[in-house]
Amino acid sequence: MYDIIVIGAGVIGSFIARELAKYDLNILVLEKENDVGNVTSMANSAIVHSGYDPVPGTLKAKFNVLGNKLYEQTCEELDVKFYKTGSMTVATVEEHLKVLKDLETRAHENGVEVKLLTEREAKELAPHLNDSVIGALFCPTAGIVDPFNLVVHAMENAIDNGVNLKLNEEVVEISKTSNGYNVVTKNAKYEGKIIINATGINGDKISDMVTPHHFDITARKGEYYVLDHFDDNFLSMPIFPLPSEKGKGILMTPTSSHNYLVGPSSEFVDEKDDLSTDALTLKQVKEQASLIMKDIPFNMTIRTFAGNRPTPSTHDFVIEKVDDHFINAVGIESPGLVSAPAIGKYIADEMINGLIELKRKENYNPCVKKYVHMKMLSVEERQKKIKENPKYGHIVCKCEGVSEQEILDVMERSCPPHSIKAIKKRVRAGFGRCQGGMCQPLVAKIFAKHSNIKLSDVIYDEPSTNIAKYQTKAGDTNE
Amino acid sequence: MEHKLICIVCPRGCHLTIDENNNVSGNSCPRGVPYAINEMTCPKRMLTSTVKIVSKFINRLPVITSEEIEKSKIFDVMEEINKVEVKAPVKMHEIIIKNVLNTGVDIISTREILD
Amino acid sequence: MNSYNVVIIGGGSAGLAAAKECYDLGVKKVLILERDPVLGGILNQCIHNGFGLHEFKEQLSGPEYAYRFIEMIKETDVEVKLNTMVTDITKDKHVIYTNEEEGYQEIEAKTIIFAMGCYERNAGAIQLPGDRPVGVFTAGTAQKYLNIEGYLIGKKVFILGSGDIGLIMARRMTLEGAKVLGVAEIMPYSNGLNRNIVQCLNDFDIPLYLSHTVTKVIGKEKLERIELSQVDEKLVPIKGSEKYFDVDTLLLSIGLTPITDLLSQLNLNIHPRTRGPIVNEHNETSIPGVFVAGNGLHVHDLVDYVSREARLSALGAYNYLNDRLHYGNELITTKNEYGVGYIVPQVINYLNIEEKVTLKFRVTKPYKNADILIKADDEVIKKIYKLNIIPSEMENIDVSKDLIKPNTKIISVEIKER
Repeated sequence: MYDIIVIGAGVIGSFIARELAKYDLNILVLEKENDVGNVTSMANSAIVHSGYDPVPGTLKAKFNVLGNKLYEQTCEELDVKFYKTGSMTVATVEEHLKVLKDLETRAHENGVEVKLLTEREAKELAPHLNDSVIGALFCPTAGIVDPFNLVVHAMENAIDNGVNLKLNEEVVEISKTSNGYNVVTKNAKYEGKIIINATGINGDKISDMVTPHHFDITARKGEYYVLDHFDDNFLSMPIFPLPSEKGKGILMTPTSSHNYLVGPSSEFVDEKDDLSTDALTLKQVKEQASLIMKDIPFNMTIRTFAGNRPTPSTHDFVIEKVDDHFINAVGIESPGLVSAPAIGKYIADEMINGLIELKRKENYNPCVKKYVHMKMLSVEERQKKIKENPKYGHIVCKCEGVSEQEILDVMERSCPPHSIKAIKKRVRAGFGRCQGGMCQPLVAKIFAKHSNIKLSDVIYDEPSTNIAKYQTKAGDTNE
Repeated sequence: MEHKLICIVCPRGCHLTIDENNNVSGNSCPRGVPYAINEMTCPKRMLTSTVKIVSKFINRLPVITSEEIEKSKIFDVMEEINKVEVKAPVKMHEIIIKNVLNTGVDIISTREILD
Repeated sequence: MNSYNVVIIGGGSAGLAAAKECYDLGVKKVLILERDPVLGGILNQCIHNGFGLHEFKEQLSGPEYAYRFIEMIKETDVEVKLNTMVTDITKDKHVIYTNEEEGYQEIEAKTIIFAMGCYERNAGAIQLPGDRPVGVFTAGTAQKYLNIEGYLIGKKVFILGSGDIGLIMARRMTLEGAKVLGVAEIMPYSNGLNRNIVQCLNDFDIPLYLSHTVTKVIGKEKLERIELSQVDEKLVPIKGSEKYFDVDTLLLSIGLTPITDLLSQLNLNIHPRTRGPIVNEHNETSIPGVFVAGNGLHVHDLVDYVSREARLSALGAYNYLNDRLHYGNELITTKNEYGVGYIVPQVINYLNIEEKVTLKFRVTKPYKNADILIKADDEVIKKIYKLNIIPSEMENIDVSKDLIKPNTKIISVEIKER
């Protein structure tokens, strides 16, 4: 019997778990994927929005602004890359300037610091803005974050403070008990006093298991280009067009890994797991982005991808108490990433309060153990690390400069990777220009050796996505 | 009847024509003639593959046929190659299988593995 | 700080030949830095034969070709550091590398020869449409899994791109028990050598779909099928021409790109066509004493030419060390005209030409019955007739010094069909 079962280990589920871990509770997190943060949380713009544009009074506005204020400290505690870059929303035609003015008013209502910039001021901050840009709204509190490790480290911190995580557990049924709910997965049955639904894009389906249908979540696909590292000075902050009913529009942003993202498109899709990209949409992304930026070097594209936003029919985050034993925290589309720490706190400190006895743990530690990032150390510091452990000196991924020991390090953590993709999300090996073409066999071998499995058992992502499927010559004696 | 062939003797890939009297044209060097004639009667190929090796740092040892073998025998020879396992150290051009399937051709190593 | 006359980055075919040539020219203090645990580079996984016809006048497999050079290097005083990755280069030619034994080290190089090879273009680079499941690999990665590790990545295979590695892998995977359903090439002609079409595809009845490309990858987690479409003359997929193949593997053999990350630290100009740096007649970049060789300069189809080119880079380093290179005078630029995609070198210093200069280039499409015209300031100085010229084969044309005038400004290459 668990005190709390959180369903879903995306950014929302992970931050809820992390906040709940402050209390002396028996907590279980169930995740249907083979890694945390494996759906919406890993395929988005990775922007920490300032909160200037959500409609005042909405949950989006509330948690965005609260979340933004928590980011610096949260990322410090979780050892996650976060850069407070500021952002600009740009006007390209005369009528836009009035909209920017309205947005300024909205920002003030939301309590967000903004500044209207002239064309010249805007172009000084971002020299590659399109010539047609005639003004901008600058939001100094916006930033960019490493979305992959944000989720991994939040969950790791939760686990370090006593939370249990079970991967590959897809919930198929939830039924009422005398003092809570039974959560049935494809593999087992778990009983919990309080169930928190943080299943993102599938949130309506899970909610429907306990209460009459009262909202829909539809998948709104966004396709992106990822550009290689080419020049950190090309653009220092996210640049947005004016927001519309379709969202924040097609933007360009630097990433915490010194790449650039261009996108996303915005298109409702029937299948929630349809993450395919297509040439026509990407062409439109390119054209739209070229309205606000000039000279985007699309020949530096190293990957295209798509992410699906969980768009709720209510037009706002669905954060609600269904009954004393079931809470929904779903439909968290943009600005979800920035809101996550605040949503976690709100649920753990306010919504849960009164439903279950909350006693603070004495030994709760909000910080993860610091990671070693060789690339960010000085030569002297690196030298010291290699003396302690020579494998820090062996670079496995050339494109992203990742050493063997950094890969081994994450495998020793409490929220370890179980696949090549999970390693890639944590250390970036395979994220670079060669897209793993060079390092993947090596990473797979390191993973196999460390896990004491055969190379043919190494998976790319979900179970059964084996990479090197068949051993030739009917097996080996070496292994 | 004329046959058109692409010569595989070297990377140049000449477009050859051979008639029923074994007259070859289109070749840029003399090696094209025997190639075309052979190709019409008994095509032969070099075969490269790997065999299992017990070694500290590698799982497969590359091998090659010492001479061309009949094209029709390629898969039979592969079966023989797949049965073999060697132990390091292996020298360059060591015979791995002698006279494979009585073809008169050996399978030899193409890499030195000293461990 | 340790100091070397020549630091060669990369111990594959280009690096080995450059090192050997440095030794033969009498250069001391030569160092090879190699990331792998062995020398030889990509040759180690190219176990097929066909290498060495020019260099050794016989057909060798990749590992044999590498072995010949490795054995030669063993007899020299060239220093080799294995398992060593170069992370940084400074403008004053300091090289920073790392390995397990020494950690990060900074050394001083009087000259540097970049011999780092190339990347395979991948699904991201061509924005391959559809899903992104496991099962889509570049041909070279599949080759490494198969020939070095001994694992087949799939049993029902389709290959996009008719580059040589893809053709070679079609045969290799077939021999190891996979079924290769076809090879698609977006261009109306193959990008691989003719001999490989014959011995890798025709021998095994593997169809080649010219003017076709993959228009959709299907499979959420694992590759399930691909959609193949015919393309029109503008390379746009033709609606209604779709064919489907149920496969577990899609190999990409869609071209190679020189590795230039380190060179970009020196802000060197990258040529838009070769994607390698712009170089002069000694394969020297715009920074004196910094040379490039092999697939890191431009992509070759024959390793023999890589070795030859690397010797030229080594000669450049030797000349530089002996103050024999001239700088500062006006340079001759090379210019690709009708039918020619690019020319290496891009610039020539007349004073540095010894007997001849070799122009290396590729045509933009196949030509039959055509003349290659070499022109100096629009005057034809050399004409070579070719029955067939194809883009997949790099042309090497020697132009002797006496055909060039000291005040020549432009040397151009043009294809003229008869």
